[in-house]
Amino acid sequence: MTKALKINKNAEQGIKEFLRFLLESGKVKGVFSLKKINKEGAVAYSLITDPKDLEDSVPFYPVMPVTAGSLLSRFTLKGSPDKPVVAVMRPCELRGFVELVKREQGSFENVFTISMTCGGVYPLDMAVDKKIEKNLPKYWDAVKKSEIPADVRTACKGCTEFKPYTADMTVDLVGNKDIDKQCIILLNTKNGESLADGMDAEFLEKKLDTKKLDVLLDKRAVEKKKLFDEIDKKMNGMDGLIDIFGRCIGCHGCMRVCPICYCKLCEFESPDSEYKPSNYNSELKKRGGVRVPPGTMYFQLGRLTHISISCVGCGACDDVCPVDIPVSTIFKKVGESVQKIFNYIPGKDVKESIPLVTFEKEEFIEFEE
Amino acid sequence: MVEDKEFMPKILAFLCNWCSYAGADLAGTSRLKYPPSILPIRVMCSSRIDPLFIIKAYLGGADGVLVAGCHPGDCHYEKGNYYTRRRFALLKKIFEELNMEPDRLMLSWISASEGHKYARVATEFTEKIKKSGESSVKNKIFL
Repeated sequence: MTKALKINKNAEQGIKEFLRFLLESGKVKGVFSLKKINKEGAVAYSLITDPKDLEDSVPFYPVMPVTAGSLLSRFTLKGSPDKPVVAVMRPCELRGFVELVKREQGSFENVFTISMTCGGVYPLDMAVDKKIEKNLPKYWDAVKKSEIPADVRTACKGCTEFKPYTADMTVDLVGNKDIDKQCIILLNTKNGESLADGMDAEFLEKKLDTKKLDVLLDKRAVEKKKLFDEIDKKMNGMDGLIDIFGRCIGCHGCMRVCPICYCKLCEFESPDSEYKPSNYNSELKKRGGVRVPPGTMYFQLGRLTHISISCVGCGACDDVCPVDIPVSTIFKKVGESVQKIFNYIPGKDVKESIPLVTFEKEEFIEFEE
Repeated sequence: MVEDKEFMPKILAFLCNWCSYAGADLAGTSRLKYPPSILPIRVMCSSRIDPLFIIKAYLGGADGVLVAGCHPGDCHYEKGNYYTRRRFALLKKIFEELNMEPDRLMLSWISASEGHKYARVATEFTEKIKKSGESSVKNKIFL
């Protein structure tokens, strides 16, 4: 049982009221949340300091323009805010931020987090022409019933980690039939409790209804297995990989939006990795041909070695791929198998080291020959 | 000349300066026999070997890649090879998961006094690669 806050308004109005309380009481200086920028359904993350601007904020809007993890990293990279800020973000965004903090690319100092049991988000290309707006009633209906809303991101369909690990506060959404009437905010940490303290609302002892979460978990697990089996059939050695990645145009969009890819000077974008005439010549001599742009497989495999250990499965890469390569499914599948041998869950605990920067003296004996 | 037609793999070997390279040297000065399949590259420590090097070698058409360093606990830089082991495990798992011939990658600990072990590892790995045949990646254009 944890302490919880019950606000008798629908989930979105409730959380906005809570955020307004935090701003007006001066407990936080700013709110980091999704905000509408027009009536067509375009939203963007914004840092809001004026309670009036909360009117247009849409903390639970089912779209992820850029992962909030990357954005918070940019926000806190060169120093934490001097006054507390509260960020509303999805569980995978929070996990991404935790991984970035482990890489010293951000800090939790003066940053409080509100997350939610997450129903998933729609692909970015639906954030135009009111496509998401029209879908909203169906979306919330599915969330209430612990179902997977139709047309959400592939990554969301198979996501089994929709409950946040480390959020200061968690809003109860999935399987909660009363989200039209009340907003339940669980206060997971001391920080969460002290922020909620003084709010004019009902305080109670509550925990998440695991039964209702499990209903969704089962459905997602089935979907995930289906996705993984499908991709596994295609990933049969180099031929399979060429089939999958052959249409890559080398835009590196997947890398840019990835919350784990943080390098400012990327190996794959360095002039050093550009092919010289001698490289082309030797390739032509050796193989009788060369793909242009070259190095697609090197890029994808290389990125797998860099980020698979920390892949949080947010699906941002899928969203931006202009040629619809199922990047997130592949990375999540490979990622999970790698994470398993290191017994590591990315984003679960900010104090736990990334497996590649630590070691045990006696381990992985089976890899030596 | 039947022998000429026999497939001799190209195996890229990353050897650490302090142990495995010295071990390979010892194998040579001891006149131990091992196949001419190994192309050694000396690195200061096995932890210098970025998994990207191995990927590049594999995509470049190497039939096998050997990573060798000091025995755990004997690293010249105290703990470099522990990191190597984790990185190698990660890379091998990725190869496995993509069904990409993980057996073409090998990790071995060879000390400066183990000329015999070097010759044995080189022979055994070469035999293993011979059985799997030439790397199919060699002739792929669209990488």
